[in-house]
Amino acid sequence: MIRQFTSAEFMFLLMAVRWTLLLSAIAFVGGALGGVLVALARTAPYAWLRATAGTYIQIFQGTPLLMQLFLVFFGANLFGAAVDPLTAAAIGLTLNGAAFLGEIWRGCIQAIPKGQWEASTALGLHYVTRMKEIILPQAAKIAVAPTVGFLVLLVKSTSLASIIGFVELTRAGQIVNNATFRPFLVFGIVAAIYFVLCWPLSLYSRHLEKKFGTVSR
Amino acid sequence: MTSPSTAPGATGAVMIRMEKVEKWYGTYHALQDINLTVTSGERIVICGPSGSGKSTLIRCINALEHHQGGRIEVDGTEVGASSKGLDKVRAEVGMVFQSFNLFPHLTVLQNCTLAPRKVRGIAPKEAEAIAMKYLERVRIPEQANKYPGQLSGGQQQRVAIARALCMTPKVMLFDEPTSALDPEMVKEVLDTMISLAQDGMTMICVTHEMGFARQVADRVIFMDKGEIVEQGPPETFFANPTNERTRTFLGQILHH
Repeated sequence: MIRQFTSAEFMFLLMAVRWTLLLSAIAFVGGALGGVLVALARTAPYAWLRATAGTYIQIFQGTPLLMQLFLVFFGANLFGAAVDPLTAAAIGLTLNGAAFLGEIWRGCIQAIPKGQWEASTALGLHYVTRMKEIILPQAAKIAVAPTVGFLVLLVKSTSLASIIGFVELTRAGQIVNNATFRPFLVFGIVAAIYFVLCWPLSLYSRHLEKKFGTVSR
Repeated sequence: MTSPSTAPGATGAVMIRMEKVEKWYGTYHALQDINLTVTSGERIVICGPSGSGKSTLIRCINALEHHQGGRIEVDGTEVGASSKGLDKVRAEVGMVFQSFNLFPHLTVLQNCTLAPRKVRGIAPKEAEAIAMKYLERVRIPEQANKYPGQLSGGQQQRVAIARALCMTPKVMLFDEPTSALDPEMVKEVLDTMISLAQDGMTMICVTHEMGFARQVADRVIFMDKGEIVEQGPPETFFANPTNERTRTFLGQILHH
């Protein structure tokens, strides 16, 4: 029996937004933590470490995110570790985010002029101090805008978690559509909600780009 | 710091010893059989055409570049033998770069206090007092709370000198410190370097400022194609260069 699309259905969609946001937040925090490690590894003084991180990035940038989610979800279950869809999606998006953020931040670290490395080295500062006090604070300024840009991408990527059965915004849309059979209306609303989430982030990213765009000398 | 020295190599103790140092970039032989001994308090000027290896030579002393053959010792510690030795060398060797390389996100004062605090473990208040002392020394204390980007090139280079001095180094290396400056700012930086030299600091300066060399150098070294071609006290070096390459070079840069 086909239901009407009422405010109850709309509220169902709105309530699913929190799962989209939660998944985005977990994946962003996890991806950021992993991304720092990947970026540091990519710029490390050891060739084997750079190569390892490079391979990691190539694998995650060279395969579809959906396959990565499948592999985590079904792979974990195959090895007897029953993971729920949220955990699987969070792990998959974290691994993927770490690769992309790591590569973005590698570029930001390498954009810092060679003279800054040399001056801090010549002063006798150790790697950790050099990174913490000199390189990363300057790299962070350049990184802010593209990082927020990536966050927009990440919010939209969480829609793929619907396919492994995690009820976030897109999956909620599918459920409502199955009951009401008003695909254009339902997915139009779903898309509009994504836009409302992402648009301010895009604006913010552009604002940050202008604010930090001029590199201080 | 040692007392003002009057004669070349006044204290006589060996500060830097380079023996048969070799360096290649790929197949390019950047340093060939470099033998150089610098005693405490000595002031050395290195000149030579671009690409002659003079910057590479001083950058090997604090291992910004790694030499591939021979041996380098700084104050008795071999460079490149151990990472601990390297830390020690870098802490004792101050360096001033052509492009200043101040940290743009830190104030002048923070630029000067960072290494003393983090490397020497000096308390922040004391580090600031030391920094102010050296900022006064380079006659720029009123700029302490500004950011490097707010200063002129000459002021930035003087801050860079102060930053290096805050580590109370035993040797100062200058890598073409006036080459990136507008002409009207060269003098203020040279004056700072001259006053440093007069206080007995051991210095190795890569520079084309031959007036500076005449005034303060104990020894002028001419390099070409990765080799030390000729060296001597400025009086004889400028008046009677023995090597043809030295004569050609001096003819090109001393146009009067």
